[in-house]
Amino acid sequence: MKTSCLAMILAGGQGSRLGVLTKKIAKPAVPFGGKYRIIDFPLSNCANSGIHRVGVLTQYRPLELHNYLGNGSAWDLDRKDGGVFILPPYAREKGADWYKGTADAIYQNLNFIEAADPAYVLVLSGDHIYTMDYSWMLDAHKQNKAEATIGVIEVPWTEAPRFGIMNMDTAGRIVDFEEKPKKPKSNFASMGIYVFTTSFLQRYLEADAKNSHSSHDFGKDIIPRMLADQARLFAYSFEGYWKDVGTIESLWQANMDLLQDKPPFEMDGEWRIHSSNLSLPPHYMGPEARVTSSLVNEGSVILGEVENSVIFPGVRIARTARVHNSVVMPFTTIGEGTLVEHAIVAQNCVIAGGAQVIGKPGAVKVVPEGETVAAAANNQQAG
Amino acid sequence: MKSVMGLVNLQKKDTLIKELTENRPIASIPFAGRYRIIDFALSSMVNSGIGNVGVLLPEKSRSVLDHLRSGKDWDLARHHDGLCYLPPPITDDGTQPGNLKNCYYNLDFINHSTEKYILLANGSVIYNMDFSNVLRFHQNTGADITMVYNVASRDDPGAGVVLETAENGLVTDIALKPAIREDEKVSMCVYLMTRQVFIDLVRDAFEHGGCDFLLDAVMRQTKDYTVYGYAHDGYVARITSTISYYQASMDVLEPEVWEELFLRQASVYTKIKDRAPVQYKETARVTNSLVANGCIVRGEVDHSILFRGVEIEKGVKVKNSIIMQCCVLQQNALAENVICDKNVVITRDKWLKGAPNYPLIVGKNIVI
Repeated sequence: MKTSCLAMILAGGQGSRLGVLTKKIAKPAVPFGGKYRIIDFPLSNCANSGIHRVGVLTQYRPLELHNYLGNGSAWDLDRKDGGVFILPPYAREKGADWYKGTADAIYQNLNFIEAADPAYVLVLSGDHIYTMDYSWMLDAHKQNKAEATIGVIEVPWTEAPRFGIMNMDTAGRIVDFEEKPKKPKSNFASMGIYVFTTSFLQRYLEADAKNSHSSHDFGKDIIPRMLADQARLFAYSFEGYWKDVGTIESLWQANMDLLQDKPPFEMDGEWRIHSSNLSLPPHYMGPEARVTSSLVNEGSVILGEVENSVIFPGVRIARTARVHNSVVMPFTTIGEGTLVEHAIVAQNCVIAGGAQVIGKPGAVKVVPEGETVAAAANNQQAG
Repeated sequence: MKSVMGLVNLQKKDTLIKELTENRPIASIPFAGRYRIIDFALSSMVNSGIGNVGVLLPEKSRSVLDHLRSGKDWDLARHHDGLCYLPPPITDDGTQPGNLKNCYYNLDFINHSTEKYILLANGSVIYNMDFSNVLRFHQNTGADITMVYNVASRDDPGAGVVLETAENGLVTDIALKPAIREDEKVSMCVYLMTRQVFIDLVRDAFEHGGCDFLLDAVMRQTKDYTVYGYAHDGYVARITSTISYYQASMDVLEPEVWEELFLRQASVYTKIKDRAPVQYKETARVTNSLVANGCIVRGEVDHSILFRGVEIEKGVKVKNSIIMQCCVLQQNALAENVICDKNVVITRDKWLKGAPNYPLIVGKNIVI
């Protein structure tokens, strides 16, 4: 049976702006929101949109990501006709090639696409937090008889210079594209979500591969080329929460966004974001626990004070510990008399008794995976 | 433990726990915020290496089937063996009532299995143990039947099977008692024997008019078979009545019990639900409690268990209570010493109080 739409998630980046958090794992594997990994969002969106065949293109430090994805069963993607396919770079007769750019990554997997024989290809970045029904975008693509449809979102005019900006006519057809323009003509930013008619995509990828001057990137090379050829490019406008989590600050902020009285998207509603979980019991709150404005997951033992924070599974917080405005990732222990303020503490860390981890707005403190933070020799009591 | 197959019996008298078992067997009662009572015996079996498990279904089996499904969440969805449902006989003329009949009519399954031993467990007892120790004990003592027991840590008003054993573990007496006293050796309803012994016991007992596995197959045959007792020293709770269910739930709020049952041994598996982490809002005050994912808390909760998807609105006070899945406690409601079954709504300003040793039970779907 012919697959109608195949999704390809670009999950190969290092996410170097996430610093120590991506030292050992790829960016899409970074924990988020007390329960998820960043890749859960595009993956769950695909499953919920009825797209059951998903290629995940990995490259940088993919081990944890590969382990996490498994056979896709956590996202209900282990199907007879479909599934999650992990696609790292591979060797051929003429040698081995790393993925040189987002377009090159798809190009190197054209054989995978051909084998599935889909009418459409959905290309997604694995970098953003959002919930979206891709089938609507696919419908718009079909209705417009488009060759490519680009997902766009309105951003504040002051932010527009940071993005690839699309200019559309009244019918939604893209007439111009500016990459990080100083004086943008519109405030519709490209989301890095593309629907292509397969044969059309194939042609451009093959041409681009032959071009040695190209950086093999969708945004920088492929889309401008398509536009120059006056291809039928349409914009699909998305409305809703869409957060880039590419920097420490934005990752921290996106976590904090979930703590509002009404979170920016339904975490538990019909459009479920699935993740692969361990078998852990509900968390335990001790007799002197004081937890407010926070998210807490299973298997944790909270004996102390937690305010405005995101607590992942298996975290232990001692009775005299205080955690404010922070993100504490799985299986970290926070000891007695500690203060964690405005920080991201990665997995399996130990904040030893008396230690302090203090960041401030604009300068989130990060404790990398597996680290132990000891109390400073001349530790002052935090005011 | 590849040489051991498992059999879980879900038929248990539930007259003392009527309110919670109207539509479900004891094994399906939600427990500890996330589990069903059957999860404990089943997980212990799987973690001990048992890969072929038959489940003797009771008459009210819908909730069991809905919970276990293919057995995938317990790692029992396998090509060979895995989980096998054993329904009660279709034609039941009402004679020989009891769990022995279900065993007898499902002997085919036992006959076709190839393991040397069979381990029987009951779906209404809570523990987390490694059965390979029981197998070793069984082999070392040369017993025909090994019964697993624990020493009661306090008086228990529920009925139980009390054992008396010699120093070497040989069981010298088995008695069915209406209440348990502290320090008595109480059967955990776990038996280990060879498949052949089990088949012989069941056949012999049933064909001679027997009704109950323990009474007719085991107790009446002790002269022909040697029975040894294996002592388990971890936490055990037998769910036989509302009080014992409530007591066991309050026990699990003690960190030592919670850690022993859930963290120190191999995991307890249950049906995966994938809910969001608990959202504690600004006015939340939660102490000494277990709170399952999917809950949204704006009120006060002390010494209680909240199952998944429970909403506690502002001004609500919950104390010494068990609030099951998807209940909603609206503003300023109060629940003290209460067990709320699934989907209960306690509307604004309503107060519900049970007594400390006699909880008030609110049935499924009721709106107060």
